Amino acid sequence: MSESARDAILGRLDAGARPPEVPDGDFQVMAGRPGTVSERIERFRTAIEAANAEVHATTPAGWPAFLMARLNEWGIDRIAFGRESWAGRQLIGDRGEAANGLVPFEGAIEDFKETLFACDAGLTTTRGAIAETGSLILWSGPDEPRALSLVPPVHVALVRTGSIHATLHEAMTADRWRDGLPTNAVLVSGPSKTADIEQTLVYGVHGPRRLVVILLADVPGGDDGP
Amino acid sequence: MGDFGKNAEAALASAKLRGNLRRAMDGLMAKRGAQFADADEWSRLRALGTNVRRRSLARLPELLRKLEETCTANAIQVHWAETPAEANQVVLDILRRNGAETVVKGKSMVSEEMHLNGYLEENGVEILETDLGEYVIQLAGETPSHIIMPCIHKNRDEIAKLFEDKIEGAAYTEDPAELTEIARKALRRRFAEAGAGVTGVNFAVAETGTLCLVENEGNGRMSTTLPPVHIAVMGIEKVVESLEDVAPLLSLLTRSATGQGITTYVNMISSPRRADDRDGPREVHLILLDNGRSSIHADADLRPTLQCIRCGACMNHCPVYSRVGGHAYSSVYPGPIGKILMPQISGFACYGDLPGASSLCGACVDVCPVKVPITDILVQLRARLEKTKGLSLGSVAWTGWKIMHASPGLYRLVTRVLGLVGGLIPRCAPLLRAWTRVRAKPRFAPKSLHRLAREGGFDHE
Ligand code: SF4
Repeated sequence: MSESARDAILGRLDAGARPPEVPDGDFQVMAGRPGTVSERIERFRTAIEAANAEVHATTPAGWPAFLMARLNEWGIDRIAFGRESWAGRQLIGDRGEAANGLVPFEGAIEDFKETLFACDAGLTTTRGAIAETGSLILWSGPDEPRALSLVPPVHVALVRTGSIHATLHEAMTADRWRDGLPTNAVLVSGPSKTADIEQTLVYGVHGPRRLVVILLADVPGGDDGP
Repeated sequence: MGDFGKNAEAALASAKLRGNLRRAMDGLMAKRGAQFADADEWSRLRALGTNVRRRSLARLPELLRKLEETCTANAIQVHWAETPAEANQVVLDILRRNGAETVVKGKSMVSEEMHLNGYLEENGVEILETDLGEYVIQLAGETPSHIIMPCIHKNRDEIAKLFEDKIEGAAYTEDPAELTEIARKALRRRFAEAGAGVTGVNFAVAETGTLCLVENEGNGRMSTTLPPVHIAVMGIEKVVESLEDVAPLLSLLTRSATGQGITTYVNMISSPRRADDRDGPREVHLILLDNGRSSIHADADLRPTLQCIRCGACMNHCPVYSRVGGHAYSSVYPGPIGKILMPQISGFACYGDLPGASSLCGACVDVCPVKVPITDILVQLRARLEKTKGLSLGSVAWTGWKIMHASPGLYRLVTRVLGLVGGLIPRCAPLLRAWTRVRAKPRFAPKSLHRLAREGGFDHE
């Protein structure tokens, strides 16, 4: 059936009057304001906070201690993470095994589902972020499965300040996304939300209720930069 | 297949519906307006978005072939369907092959076109809407009344009552946060247990074989991440050439639809679970549905209909939609876009009254982010519809009107006669009846404006 449907549809499209070619448009408007690193950080922070995310800042070396010191305060008993990501390796550190409350993603989701549904939080890295819209760029993969940022009620994301792009268009072109997208790339711009009931904004529907962003100042010009 | 006139009258008589709609439309219009406060940026971005859509349509057959090739290379299985019935069959076959008995679904207007829910239920498959608005609609046994906000016609009291009645263990509450929590609890485990997830597609990228899906709730992510099979359904016009093309369309879509700079989640799905991935569906299927679109594409006058990115702004700004709501149209797509799309995909026989349900005020055209010439297409459709009808009282009257306005002498004569004896035309005269049934009869001025002007000394044009 689908073979003939395919031919019939394409046949009709080929047979129809060929529309005049349309020249490429002017993408200049997508460039936005480039800005310095600190301006981008500020814009990113303002935008994502407006979408109800919490933003903290620390250093690339100091974040594991920063996180561990706050888990209690944030009401997180068990936080899932990917053992093989750079963040996972740093978190486990020299100990060689995860500390109490740190739950590495083991095996495939089928075996890990129950554990993950019982976790309070999931930790992920990000490929980068977008200043204009206050978005995280999540690039899931074997080291960091996509369910980590989706199933637990709190998502903690690490963002290196040097990876904040001005706009989505800049991120996808400068970072050459077209050359290799993962199974699932996702832009996240706040905790999950809905306004389906009388346009009243409610946070925490099917995805995380809380989004905690930890900025890692890895280039001068960030919060902790010179 | 409905009767717009009758439905509209019933809708207008419901004070509750009008209140619900007015509040919602005012909010959506204000939020959209705030997003596009910079007129220069709006006009440049809009020009680019329109260009992207027109360019994609100009290359539609090539782009569809390319999309099939890149998706297949990415291990996404591509299926083609000419009709909703064929598309439904494809979905059912995939479910049967995988032994899937329960399906979780993200919001998808194409699946509404297919009447997929009814079809699967008839075939013994349980299908669960997971977008909060769609979930409400499914519990109520209704259809969406808006393409972005499906339950916009309902207020919180109605939803509170519905949840209390239909969801086990749900206590009556009118608090939106508590209602949302009830839905979250009811659906959470279902995502983990479902045999498949079904979603729509906002844009499909030909160069990379990527399916883009925007949403706020996370139900789209859940439906495309946890079940072992993901089935995406899309109209063939949704393809764009490059990833870069997505950027302007995404910005226009979310800002026009709900006044958000971006939705909470933008999913870019490029393959099923790869060998070393730990999660994600093992199969991803893409169903390309035609349902009349290739014929629309072949018609140069109607082709711009396919530029639409389904943002819903045209309905939010429509003086007709915002008073009668979506159900009056008895169609999958209501409002201005529905008025031009439905007769084209389902025929004049069912939706012949929709092109007439407009004052041609053009509010929709002003806000459409991709410049769909809705009013031009409405006029086109009206003309074509008239041709199918042959001679009617209406067409005779309009022909007379045209002749009269093209000849100054005749114009003077007719206005003078109407000025003298027009008052004698009874309220119930043919043509006039439709107007006077709910309105006062128009009174003809004894002297036309032209005559008054002449008498006042303005004798030049
Ligand atoms: S016609 Fe334009 S305004 Fe209406 S839904 Fe489509 S894109 Fe939006």
